[in-house]
Amino acid sequence: MSLRVLEPGPLTTVQDAGRPGQAAHGIGRSGACDRRSYALANRLVGNVVGAAVLEVTFGGLALRTDSDVVVVTTGARCAGPWPHNAPTRLRATEVLRLGPPVSGMRTYLAVRGGLAVDPVVGSRSTDVLAGLGPLPLTAGAVLPVGRTTAPMPAIDVAPVAEPEAGAVLLNVTAGPRRDWFPDHAWSVLLSSAYVVGSDSNRIGLRLDGPQLEQCRGGELPSEGMVRGAVQVPPSGQPVVFLADHPVTGGYAVLAYVDDDDVDRCAQLRPGQHVRFRAPRAQRSVMRVTS
Amino acid sequence: MRVLPSGTTALLLELDDLDQVLALYAALTEVRPDGVVDVVPAARTVLLVIDPSVTSLTALESAVRRMSPRPGVRRTGELVEVSVTYDGPDLDAAAELLGCPSEELVRRHTADEWTVAFCGFAPGFGYLTRADWPFDVPRRTTPRTSVPAGSVALAGEFSGVYPRASPGGWQLVGHTGLAVFDLSRDPAALLRPGNRVRFVDNGPRP
Repeated sequence: MSLRVLEPGPLTTVQDAGRPGQAAHGIGRSGACDRRSYALANRLVGNVVGAAVLEVTFGGLALRTDSDVVVVTTGARCAGPWPHNAPTRLRATEVLRLGPPVSGMRTYLAVRGGLAVDPVVGSRSTDVLAGLGPLPLTAGAVLPVGRTTAPMPAIDVAPVAEPEAGAVLLNVTAGPRRDWFPDHAWSVLLSSAYVVGSDSNRIGLRLDGPQLEQCRGGELPSEGMVRGAVQVPPSGQPVVFLADHPVTGGYAVLAYVDDDDVDRCAQLRPGQHVRFRAPRAQRSVMRVTS
Repeated sequence: MRVLPSGTTALLLELDDLDQVLALYAALTEVRPDGVVDVVPAARTVLLVIDPSVTSLTALESAVRRMSPRPGVRRTGELVEVSVTYDGPDLDAAAELLGCPSEELVRRHTADEWTVAFCGFAPGFGYLTRADWPFDVPRRTTPRTSVPAGSVALAGEFSGVYPRASPGGWQLVGHTGLAVFDLSRDPAALLRPGNRVRFVDNGPRP
């Protein structure tokens, strides 16, 4: 049983739960950018936790199957007749075609049985920064589908919210290098609107807005980070790291986006506005200490 | 040790120097607190990443404060021997920058054991250090767009071996045929934090 890619769209990759536990060897976690939508997709077709799916960036995917399969799309809803958040049978004679998303950026397409491409260091995820895992899909690629005997869940449609289309408010907490920045920079971060840049990708969201200046000179020795880190390079324009972030970074991390909200970041499009909100105790410009 | 916040799923522990990092990393490798999915050592810090469905950052912090670091890792890690042909394109220039003949640089590079302090930059790229390494090597002013896999290199206080062909700004002093990152091996990375490395001169340069 296999899927054949007719058109890959702008960027479609295979993703699963990634490569946790290997960061000490320089291997990042990677995996689906929007973990919540990814997990939902597998659940809706009765796949095991961690099964591999397609992450479709800004739609455009067309594929067919060599035998009837059950598939589902979650995350960004794409234009076209294909049902969303609803497991549906794709027949061997049919072509599944996803238009551009109505809102959001990334659509997860799970097939019952999971994608059975060869794993690389414990995962089928494509890490675009490290160059690990399967290559992004190209027209003509054939993806083997696994088998499962697990029961199909009795769900017709999962009632989940669509990715946000307008301005988005993200919860943050002070990061490890909050004290490398003056109180003014923290206030600017919490009171300004930033625009998602067009050079954003699976590595991170590049934001454009008021500069965040540091008060401390000198170089920071590289240190470990996780997704959600709001790193400020010398340009003063923050980057929010996503799934394929570097394992360590050498620029100061001013804040962290709450892990749950990083899934929402993964659905942001270039041009969308974001604002940041800290917990009440951190809203005043009091210096954060440990 | 300073405990610094890193979002809702991680803590960053900041230490005074690399030896303290190695000692804490060794202790964390021996007894990993429940719910910790990743331990990431770096030059002055160790990042701990949790699975929030198993543990909390508060529980993790108290577990870490109860730990006893294990000093002396530089003498006890697994030993990896790396056979090197010292024919790198930057060998002579690096020696000149350091004010010694290239033979002397090779002799010193192979004189004692290095320790993998941490990984970063690319999968399987280990930052090797040595307490008695006297040099601080400037990076190339213009990084190369492609450094061949197996290149043995120097930068700052570190030595390293490029696991795969990649861009790079380190000074290349030689090359090895040893695959330091091999996807068919488990673990794929040979130069893992805490491992010791001995560079062996593979013979006369052409």
